[in-house]
Amino acid sequence: MTTETTKKFNIDTVEHAAKTPDTELPWAELGLKQNEFDEIVKVLGRRPTGAELAMYSVMWSEHCSYKSSKNHLRQFGEKVTEEMKKDMLVGIGENAGVTNLGDGWAVTFKIESHNSPSFVEPYQGAATGIGGIVRDIISMGARPVAVMDPLRFGAIDHPDTARVMHGAVAGIGGYGNCLGLPNIGGEMVFDSVYQGNPLVNALAVGVMRHEDIRLANASGKGNKVVLFGARTGGDGIGGASVLASESFDDTKPSKRPAVQVGDPFAEKVLIECCLELFKGSLVEGIQDLGAAGISCATSELASNGDGGMQVELTSVLLRDPTLTPGEILMSESQERMMAVVTPENIEAFEAVMDKWAVEYSWLGEVTDTGRLIITWEGEVIVDVDPRTVAHDGPVYDRPFARPEWQDSVQANSFTGSVEDAGRPSAPTELAAAVTELVASPNMCSKSWITKQYDRYVGGNTAMAFPDDAGVVRVDEETGLGVALATDANGRYTYLEPYQGAQLALAEAYRNVATSGAVPMAVSDCLNFGSPEDPDVMWQLAEAIRGLSDACMELGIPVTGGNVSLYNQTGTTPIHPSPVVAVLGKLDDVARRTPSGWREDGQAIYLLGTTAAELDGSEWSNLRGHLGGLPPKVDLAAERALGEILINASRDGMVDAAHDLSEGGLAAALVESSLRYGVGARIALEELMERDGVDLFTALFSESQARAIVSVPRSEEVRFKDMCTARGFAHLRIGVVDAAGGKLEINGVDELSLDALREAHEGTLPKYFG
Amino acid sequence: MTSIPLIGEAIAVAADAYGARGLAGAKIGVVTFPGTLDDRDAARAVRLAGGTAVPLWHADSELGDVDAVIIPGGFSYGDYLRAGAISRFAPLMSKIIDAANSDAKLPVLGICNGFQILTESHLLPGSMIKNDHLKFICRDQTLRVENANTAWTVDYTDGQEIIVPLKNQDGQYIADEKTLDALEAEGRVVFRYVGFNPNGSRRDIAGISNAAGNVVGLMPHPEHAVETGFGPESLNGEPRDTDGLGFFTSVLTKIVGGDK
Repeated sequence: MTTETTKKFNIDTVEHAAKTPDTELPWAELGLKQNEFDEIVKVLGRRPTGAELAMYSVMWSEHCSYKSSKNHLRQFGEKVTEEMKKDMLVGIGENAGVTNLGDGWAVTFKIESHNSPSFVEPYQGAATGIGGIVRDIISMGARPVAVMDPLRFGAIDHPDTARVMHGAVAGIGGYGNCLGLPNIGGEMVFDSVYQGNPLVNALAVGVMRHEDIRLANASGKGNKVVLFGARTGGDGIGGASVLASESFDDTKPSKRPAVQVGDPFAEKVLIECCLELFKGSLVEGIQDLGAAGISCATSELASNGDGGMQVELTSVLLRDPTLTPGEILMSESQERMMAVVTPENIEAFEAVMDKWAVEYSWLGEVTDTGRLIITWEGEVIVDVDPRTVAHDGPVYDRPFARPEWQDSVQANSFTGSVEDAGRPSAPTELAAAVTELVASPNMCSKSWITKQYDRYVGGNTAMAFPDDAGVVRVDEETGLGVALATDANGRYTYLEPYQGAQLALAEAYRNVATSGAVPMAVSDCLNFGSPEDPDVMWQLAEAIRGLSDACMELGIPVTGGNVSLYNQTGTTPIHPSPVVAVLGKLDDVARRTPSGWREDGQAIYLLGTTAAELDGSEWSNLRGHLGGLPPKVDLAAERALGEILINASRDGMVDAAHDLSEGGLAAALVESSLRYGVGARIALEELMERDGVDLFTALFSESQARAIVSVPRSEEVRFKDMCTARGFAHLRIGVVDAAGGKLEINGVDELSLDALREAHEGTLPKYFG
Repeated sequence: MTSIPLIGEAIAVAADAYGARGLAGAKIGVVTFPGTLDDRDAARAVRLAGGTAVPLWHADSELGDVDAVIIPGGFSYGDYLRAGAISRFAPLMSKIIDAANSDAKLPVLGICNGFQILTESHLLPGSMIKNDHLKFICRDQTLRVENANTAWTVDYTDGQEIIVPLKNQDGQYIADEKTLDALEAEGRVVFRYVGFNPNGSRRDIAGISNAAGNVVGLMPHPEHAVETGFGPESLNGEPRDTDGLGFFTSVLTKIVGGDK
C-alpha cells in the first residue's frame, strides 16, 4: 500500500472549534439554512469544525435526508397489509429492499434519479447514475443482473435536447455495457417542461441466495473499517448538497466541477471483487459510497451498528493530494466501497483485493463509544453522534395547498375544445392520424436508443424492449425469473396528482402482468419541483398518498426508492413525474408473453372497456392540449385483468399480449403488428356499440385496465370461459393476418406495415442522426 | 464430417462414436481478464454443446490440460488504451500463443474483445477501430459462413447464413489491401456480414482465421445464440435463437473426433 505524504493545513480541530465559537463558517455556501446551522450548533454544543460542517451539510441536504418528503413517505411503511409483508425480506431504509422469490432466491431492485448532473454533463451524469444504483445493489450482497433507464428530455426539436439525449444515452450505454449488465427496458418521453431539467432515472436489479443478504452496519468492537475501490478525488464535491438542492438558472457559474466522473471498468472489477468477498463471508457490513461519500458511509455504518467508529482520514488513498479534510469527507468519487472486517479475516480480505488488483486502505475500527471520531494525523477533527448526521437531520412539514389553477386546468377538457375541432373521422384521416401517432416523439420506436445498449450479456435475458416488461432468468435449472417495468405519466399527474401516481403504478403493474409475471414489489423515483413551492408540495403529497393507497389495494409493497426535488427551471417546475417500477415473478421465464403476434389466424381479443378518455392523452398532446382529468383509475379492474393475463400465460392460452396505455388501442395494434412484422384484420363496430364510442375514440382513448391478446384457435373457448367466469369484459376484435403485410381496421384506410415501420422508426434518426 | 446432435443426446452419442472419452471429457478453457463480461455465457455455450468448460484466469502461468480455448467478449482493462492492447501481455496469453502456434494447433476462438486480443497478439492479422458511425451497436446480425473448414465451423456448411447477436463499440475490422487480398485468397475470411455492415468493416469481414484454421476470431457473439428463448429473433418470428451453437459443437467434433 502506498502512503500519501500528508500536507499541512490549518486544521480546524474540535479543540480549536470549542475555543473559537465566533469563527465565520460558510454554511450558506454549502446549502444549509440558518435554522439548520443553529441546530448543528445545538446538537454539538459548540460550533462545528470545518470537517463536521462538511458532513452535516451533505447529509442534511434534501437529497440525502429527505427532509421535505419524510413526513409523507412514512405512508409507504404504514399502509402495509400482511399480504404485502409476506415476501418482503428487507424493507425501506436499507440500500435497497429485498423480496423473496422462493427456492431460496431473493431479488433486490431500486430506482434512483441522476437528473441534475445529467443536465450539466449528460454523459458522466447518466453514466454515474447507473454506477451508483448498481453499487446499491451490490451492497445488499446481490449480483446485479440487469438495468433499466427511464428518460425524460425537453422538446425533440429544441437545439439543446440533442446534446442531453446523445450524452445521456451514450453515458448509460458506455457505463452499463462495460459492466456486463443487460439493459432490458425503460422509457423515453419528450416534453418542453423537461427542457432545462431532464430526468435521467436508473434502475438496477440483483439476485442472491437468502443467506447472502448483507446489511449496512458496523458491529463488533475492534472490527476494522476499510475503504476500497477507486481513489478519492476532487470530483463531485458538494454534488449532493449543492446540485440536488438548487434549481438551475443563468446567473450562477457553471456547476461542472460538481459532477462525478465514472470509471465502469473499476466498477466491474469492484462487482466481482465484492461477490468474492461475500462468497467467503469476509465482510460483516458493507456500504457503497454515493452521495456524500465518506460522510455518508461512516455515519450510516456507525449509526446502524454498535454506534461508534474511529477513522484516521489521512489513511484515505487520494487521487489529488491537495484535498482538504472537508473535501475528502464530501467527495463523491465513484466506484468506492466501505466495509467492516473482523481482524481474523484481514488476510483473506487482502488476498481478494490483490487478486482483482483493487486498491484499499484500512481507515480505522468499530468502537462502542457511540461517537464517530475522525482524526487527521491523530488530531480530532470530527466528534459527533453518528445518528445526528445520518438519521436525525431536519424534517420539514412544508406547507402545501391545492393550486389555484388546478380547477381551471381540470375544467378544460380536450373533448369539445378548440384543438379537438378537427377530430379525424374519414378513413383517410384516421389512417393519417394513426401514422402521425406512431411517428410522434413519445410514441415512436425507441430502437435508436436501445440498439446502443447490450441486452444479451449474461445470457439470461428472456425479454427486453420493445415488449411490455424486461424479463431476466434467475435460476438456470428451473427457469425462475423476474419481470420489470417502469412507468410514469407527467401529464396525467399534472392534471390530478393523486390519480396520476396511481396510473403510473397501474401501468407498470399491467406491463408486468402482461408479460405473464405476478407483480410482487414496487420501487419509486419521485421527480418533482421545489418543495418550497406549496403547489409543488401539494403535488408531491398527493402523489405519495395516491401511490401508497394504490399499493395497498394492489397488495404490493414499496421496498425502496428515491425522491428528487427542485426539478425546475427558475420558478417553473417540471410536470410532477413519479416514476414507478414494478417487479414481478415468473416461475418459468419460458412462459413469458411477448407483445407481438406471429401465427396466422389467431383471434385477437380486447380485454376491458373503452370510455371517451382523451384528456392528457398522447393525441391531445399532439394537438397541443393539456387539460381535463386523466383516465379513471380502477385498481380492482387492474387486478382482475392482471390475473387473467397471468393465468393465460401460465396455461398457454395466449401467444401474445400487449397492454393499452399511451396512444391507446391505435398504438397497441401497430406495435403488436410491427413486433414481428405480422399484420392483422381488425373490426371495432361491436366495441363501438357496446361501449358507446366512435371509431376515433375507440382507437385513441387511453382508458385503463385494457390489453390486447392473441389467442390460438384451440384455446379460444377456454380463454373466453375464463374471462366470462371472472366477469371481465372481453371482445374478439380481429384476427392475425400473416400474409397481408398490413394492418387493416374497418373504417380506416389500409396501413401497410412497411409504411408504418418507416414512420415509427424514422423519427429518432431524423432528429438525432 | 461426422454429425453430432445438438443438446440432449449429445453426450451419449458422442461417447459411442468416439470411445470412452466422450464429449463431456473435452475440456474447453474460458479465459477471464479483469473486465471480461461474456465468460459465463461462453462457458454455458460449451456446456450446452456437451463439453466441459474450464475457467482460466489471465494471471495464471499454465494452461493446464484444456483441449481448446475461448477468449470471450467484454471490455478487458476497460478498453482504455486500445481494445485488447493490455490483455495480450497477460501471462496466460503467451501460453495460448505458443499452444496455438505449436504442432498440436490448439483451437482458439476469440469473440469480440477476444478477437481484438487475438489481433493484438498477432495470432490474427489486422485490427479493429471504432465503428464507422461512432456508436455502440447491439443487433441481431446475419452472417455468411465463408469457410466451414476451420476448427470452429465444421458443423456449418459453406455459404450457410446464420443470425447471431452483435454488440460492440470498436468493431470496424481493418487491414491493408495486401493482407485483405491474402486473407481472401487463402480462404481465411470465415464470416462476412450479410445485408448490413454494422461497423464499416473492410470487405464486410466479420471474422477471420489463421492459416492453419485453428485460430478464429470474430466480432459477433455466437455464445448469445445457443439456447432456445435467449437468442436472436428473426423479423418474421421464425426462431433463430440457437444458430451460434455450431461453433461449440464444431470444436468438440474436432477435439473428440480428431482431425476431420
